Amino acid sequence: MTITLNHFSAAAVFALFASIVFGITHRDTTRDMVRYGLYCFAMFLGGVLVAGWAMWVLRR
Amino acid sequence: MANSTTEKTRLTQAQPVSVMAVVAPAVGWLIPGAGHMIQKRWIRGLLLLISIASLFMLGLAMQGRIYKANGGDILDILGFIGDVGAGGFYIVTMAKDWGQGAIAFATADYGTKFMIVAGLLNFIAVADAYHIAIGKKQ
Repeated sequence: MTITLNHFSAAAVFALFASIVFGITHRDTTRDMVRYGLYCFAMFLGGVLVAGWAMWVLRR
Repeated sequence: MANSTTEKTRLTQAQPVSVMAVVAPAVGWLIPGAGHMIQKRWIRGLLLLISIASLFMLGLAMQGRIYKANGGDILDILGFIGDVGAGGFYIVTMAKDWGQGAIAFATADYGTKFMIVAGLLNFIAVADAYHIAIGKKQ
């Protein structure tokens, strides 16, 4: 079985699972785990978008 | 102020090394999340298992390549170190001869990276299980 993801989908899936692990392992309370996980997810996706636009600017 | 000093004292006075401090990391490496589950952190363990297993299996499904322990150049060695972090998933993949990679697929490179990151995340999870076992974290 082969799964094909486009670039953004692959980045989103990666960000989701990595954020869950980061949230659990880097914080102590449940509330802090959730907040940090959401923060990591936002940073991952935000970084992808910023990097994408930066490459577009460089290419121009 | 007093609470932070008490908190620091509690954290520095971790429990002595116990059987769980050895077993939890070992089990956690073999089965991602199991190190937390045997210490009764069920939800954390289950979430870790789902996350790491999903990343690894997606990597396989995307025709990613698994690295072997046969040396080669430094990038191959680093890839192997990442992959071996997935524990039981890596062992099964090697036993079944999966993860041969597919140059023809553009997303196969993503798959390779997914599997490496799954292993690296499991290393983090193992360290977390150890910290719970020695009382450094609740």
